[in-house]
Amino acid sequence: MPTTTIREAINQTLFQEMSRDENVIVMGEDVAGGAGAEGIDDAYGGVFGVTKGLMPEFGRERVIDTPISESAFVGAAAGAAMTGLRPVVDLMFVDFLGVCFDQLYNQAAKFRYMFGGKAKTPMVLRAMIGGGLRGAAQHSQTLHNMVTMVPGLKVVMPSNAYDAKGLLAQAVRDDDPVVYLEHKCLYDDACEVPDDEFLIDFGEANFTREGDDVTVVALSAAVKTANAVADQLASKGVSVEVVDPRTTSPLDEEAILESVENTGRLVIIDEAPPRCSVARDIAAIVADKGFSDLRAPIKTVTCPHTPVPFAPNLEDLYLPSEARLAAAINEVLEQSK
Amino acid sequence: MTSKESTSLTSEQLLDAYRSMKTIREFEERVNVEFTNGNIPGFVHLYTGQEAVAVGACIHLNDQDYISSTHRGHGHCIAKGCDVHGMMLEIMAKQGGLCAGKGGSMHIADMDKGMLGANAIVGGGPPITVGAAMTCKAKGQQQVSLCFTGDGGSNQGTTFEAMNLAVVLKLPVIFVFENNGYGEGTHASYAVGSPDIASRSEAFGMPAEKVDGTDFLAVEQAMKRAIDRARNGEGPSTIECDVVRFHGHFVGDAQLYRGENEIQDVRRKKDCLANFRRDLSNDIQQDEFEKIDSDVSDLIEGAVSNAMDAPPPLDSELETDVYVSYQ
Repeated sequence: MPTTTIREAINQTLFQEMSRDENVIVMGEDVAGGAGAEGIDDAYGGVFGVTKGLMPEFGRERVIDTPISESAFVGAAAGAAMTGLRPVVDLMFVDFLGVCFDQLYNQAAKFRYMFGGKAKTPMVLRAMIGGGLRGAAQHSQTLHNMVTMVPGLKVVMPSNAYDAKGLLAQAVRDDDPVVYLEHKCLYDDACEVPDDEFLIDFGEANFTREGDDVTVVALSAAVKTANAVADQLASKGVSVEVVDPRTTSPLDEEAILESVENTGRLVIIDEAPPRCSVARDIAAIVADKGFSDLRAPIKTVTCPHTPVPFAPNLEDLYLPSEARLAAAINEVLEQSK
Repeated sequence: MTSKESTSLTSEQLLDAYRSMKTIREFEERVNVEFTNGNIPGFVHLYTGQEAVAVGACIHLNDQDYISSTHRGHGHCIAKGCDVHGMMLEIMAKQGGLCAGKGGSMHIADMDKGMLGANAIVGGGPPITVGAAMTCKAKGQQQVSLCFTGDGGSNQGTTFEAMNLAVVLKLPVIFVFENNGYGEGTHASYAVGSPDIASRSEAFGMPAEKVDGTDFLAVEQAMKRAIDRARNGEGPSTIECDVVRFHGHFVGDAQLYRGENEIQDVRRKKDCLANFRRDLSNDIQQDEFEKIDSDVSDLIEGAVSNAMDAPPPLDSELETDVYVSYQ
């Protein structure tokens, strides 16, 4: 089977979902590009080309370029979703969440509950996360911590093209608001992906490496780091199990607890500052529900409690690395009872 | 074309203005080259083509006045007097950069010059500028606060709210909308629903003017009127400047959305530097322009070679300056 990149997998899924259901629309800044200009249409297809080709196929009525007005178009997506459409909104950089957060966490996330279960808001908010491109403090964040803590939102963080496709199809068909976070350094990562439609349920972790000595929980781009470290340590006789929860809300607690029950050791790697984070949340869940299985303290490998720096040497230090993960794994092995 | 008779600027000020505009032009063209050569990390957005706006505004400001800027901020920094060496060091992520290498192209700031930061969030600047104007008003020393944003930023709710607040509090703010025709790759004729941006500002209750942003003298005179009003306690104003973007949204943008001959046409007809030299050819000698051109060329060359040789920030800087103090 030929391989497919994450960019292609997302693009293909949007094509399929828009073909399947006429209520699915795509909206955001430059999702096509060139609106009102003299040059070619669909000039961008999203700033990283992820939505390229949708507008020529489905037209500007369903692939809607918006002004730079995040509050308006994210809120409009919530309103459209509540009344029958299924918008897939492109926020572009997740950092822009700050501009429109009210519409997401006070509006879209709460309609269902506030209105006594009488409303549904089937929208998907796509956004790019992550450092590595030297985008500095306002274009490099991974704000999954901020959305995961909001009851009413589901949060998806695919780490490979197969998951990207199955999870996005599920997100579009899901009746709740879903935040779908794409790591900007993963777009060209490829693997085998079936052409036909398929769904991956939320809240079901994927074991990307199986092992007995240490459990590593990793999300999004950090799964790549964890797999690489697991492969390196395997040659040294250390057996690492890598658990990719794939969605942080809902979270597959059971898979993580089962793995820790087997290994007795847990390291969590997460590209985000540590405070009030998914990494610490998972650590707390395991300390609460799996304490008797633990043979060593839980370790987290995260970013420091700082904004993302611009200088490449500082950003490289900021991001969780293979070396830091390997060191943390060695530490829990040494500290084991 | 606006004639020299219409301006209050002295010949010396006009030469300073030319120097500043030329510095921005050469700085940006060199950044374009150095980015393409791989010497600049991250994303850069060039100001080339819009120089008359930054300089036409800042020539009437001093270090005690404030400006806020955008992702396309290098020109505003230079016009407000930021050190070109410090800027190049910053953009190349080196020690001694104006933000210690932590901010980069989209976040250059200099508090000593009243430059409150380039900003990577469209619409991030207007509320901050209003806040700086509150400081100006509280201190009562006739300082003003000027916000550069664009046609893209004109569609943000933060901008609307900032304009209303400035009117309500009668603050010394000047909202400068640089309408370069594009928010990224989407044309303003599509994204800005009203016939223009100035009329929106008027609807918020402030005077608003539209000028040809490639005509330096037209810009500086409109800015002077707005800045004088602010200094005299008469509240906020808007200046909408019709400008052109010589480059793409970012360096590397293929600009497929632009018309066939659009870029070469605007460069030929709407070059604010060439127009400045043409309009003032009877007042300023060619050799004076050429002397400035030569000085600027040396300045940029020096800034680049200095930055290329400078070391990156120390690794120990990663966790400094998150807070003033944190115990």
